[in-house]
Amino acid sequence: MTVAPAAPLVRAENLGRIFDVSSPWLTRVLEGLPRQVVVAVADMSFEIARKETLALVGESGSGKSTVAKMVVGLVPPTTGEVFIDAMPMHGRRRGAERRRLRRRIQMVFQDPYASLNPRWRALDIVAEPIRAFQLAASRPETAARVGELLRLVGLDPADGGKYPHQFSGGQRQRIAIARALASEPAFVVCDEPTSALDVSVQAQILNLMRDLQDRFGLTYLFISHNLAVVRHMAHRIGVMYLGRLVEIAAADALFRAPRHPYTRMLLDAVPDLEMSGRQRKPVEGEVPDPVDPPKGCSFHPRCPFADDRCKTERPALVAWNAAGPVACHAVEEGRI
Amino acid sequence: MTQPVLSVRNLRVEFPTRRARLVAIDDVSFDILPGEVLGMVGESGAGKSVTGTAIVGLIEPPGRIAGGEIFLSGVRIDNLDPPAMRRIRGKRIGMVFQDPLTSLDPLYRIGEQLTETIATHSDLRGAALRERAIALLSEVGIPAPAHRFDNYPHQFSGGMRQRVVLALALAADPELVIADEPTTALDVSVQAQIIELMKRLARRHRAAILLITHDMGVIAEAADRVAVMYAGRIVEIGPVRDVVSAPLHPYTRGLMGSIPKLDGGLDRLVQIPGSMPRLTAIPPGCPFHPRCPRVFAPCPMHRPELRPHAKAQVACWLYHPAPSAQSEKPATLAGPP
Repeated sequence: MTVAPAAPLVRAENLGRIFDVSSPWLTRVLEGLPRQVVVAVADMSFEIARKETLALVGESGSGKSTVAKMVVGLVPPTTGEVFIDAMPMHGRRRGAERRRLRRRIQMVFQDPYASLNPRWRALDIVAEPIRAFQLAASRPETAARVGELLRLVGLDPADGGKYPHQFSGGQRQRIAIARALASEPAFVVCDEPTSALDVSVQAQILNLMRDLQDRFGLTYLFISHNLAVVRHMAHRIGVMYLGRLVEIAAADALFRAPRHPYTRMLLDAVPDLEMSGRQRKPVEGEVPDPVDPPKGCSFHPRCPFADDRCKTERPALVAWNAAGPVACHAVEEGRI
Repeated sequence: MTQPVLSVRNLRVEFPTRRARLVAIDDVSFDILPGEVLGMVGESGAGKSVTGTAIVGLIEPPGRIAGGEIFLSGVRIDNLDPPAMRRIRGKRIGMVFQDPLTSLDPLYRIGEQLTETIATHSDLRGAALRERAIALLSEVGIPAPAHRFDNYPHQFSGGMRQRVVLALALAADPELVIADEPTTALDVSVQAQIIELMKRLARRHRAAILLITHDMGVIAEAADRVAVMYAGRIVEIGPVRDVVSAPLHPYTRGLMGSIPKLDGGLDRLVQIPGSMPRLTAIPPGCPFHPRCPRVFAPCPMHRPELRPHAKAQVACWLYHPAPSAQSEKPATLAGPP
């Protein structure tokens, strides 16, 4: 592999996370139950270039939110490491270094009703990162900066004295975005930022996020279950299924020519607004229980192309051709 | 002419509060024919769920139906007493809600809940009752229904639970099914399955379906006609194909433009400025006029009625002669705003 022209801002290496979901110790001993673990995320490796948006899509239980939390450092990975500007996120570091790294990473959460402290005024919420990272020298400077941020996300600075419940859902998400921008981050992780919003409000927020990216050169990791939303936001897209990446490709290529059978199925399942009358392939089955995932390729019970190899051997995420990596035996063997 | 299964005429629902009387539904009228799926779409607070709740007579007091009439197969039902309404609910009107766990009792087996519902509304007993329940489970696509009959709701996945709820709604062979966001809590692959299933069941049972959802994609896939709601009123109603591909009302146009599309690329989305008015402050005239890109003289003053235009009906002064300001009506009617 040749050296990339610019080092990526974010690099995840073999990221994995296991959660213990066993019954309590006493119950286990009395009832003779085994330990149970969920492999929420396994073997996740990806890079995000500066000013790029990488989207992770998948259905519930695919592990996309766990990846988001590991990337910002809210959940420690069981295996692997996240590097931001070549600095390890979870490795042992001294306090000052850690703070410098943290300032450059921010997160926007799904539910603007849960992610804002109901007892804080909007301006205090937005000012907190400025105070925490000592980015302003004085109180008036902090206040000026907060006003600037609120204007930036399309809110009236005069409303800064209001509490979260006095804002609508879309306005709250704007406050959350202003808070994320307050520490002047390079990298923002957005976990389903518009899933709780009405579609007209969603359009406002998505447009705002695009404008802010252009203006500040932000890098986004964008988590969503909505393929159409991802289409409008992402440069590259990674598709997740049961904790693993099954395909990663440039957005255009993924929508034009999806390769993994799961990606094809997902695209096929999206309701057709154009009503082209296309015949949709009926979708088979549901996402299996992650506590007891299928052997081999975890998609094989729902896959129309599965053969014996798929049932026993897990496919690796490999770039079989120029279009990008896919984890599928059928693609590797040229069967599809 | 076929008699509509459901006829709603000038429905008005009010919620009195200490400060003001909030009008959640204002002068809403529509029909649904046998075997037809009417989609009702709108954003939070538009009044779509309240419409469904009013039809089944479950508006929480002090909220009340303050005007209008609701007919089920030609018989008025909005003025029935509670016991009479109870006999209609479940038997003649089936219901499906967003979260299947609100419709299923976690302490009872699926089979018990299904047989109880069937027994309430029919004379089937014993083995025949069980047989009918298993047949229903099989019809909604539950694999191994005889075995799953004895399972509890928590042993089913989200999509399977919604199938069971569909079976419950269909248990008494209702004329009308009200489905309020039936696929919203489901993953997209499962959502597609449930939409398919609902369409198939409506056709087979000749039941009318009122499909309430915020998702225009679901409407486009499943509905025959669609009613677009805004601030408690229907602003446009017509065949899905026409409303989706050539929306008339500026709100419908904005709504359609703001939906991200799969073939959209990295374009900016169309934005409707502002947000839906609160019920305490619905603007006079056309409720959409403060946000409307094509607002003109009559809009703030006169409320437009829902009137026919092309194949649809639309409540907008752009398409009808305005009462006092006809000269200011723009020359171009169609074309993108």
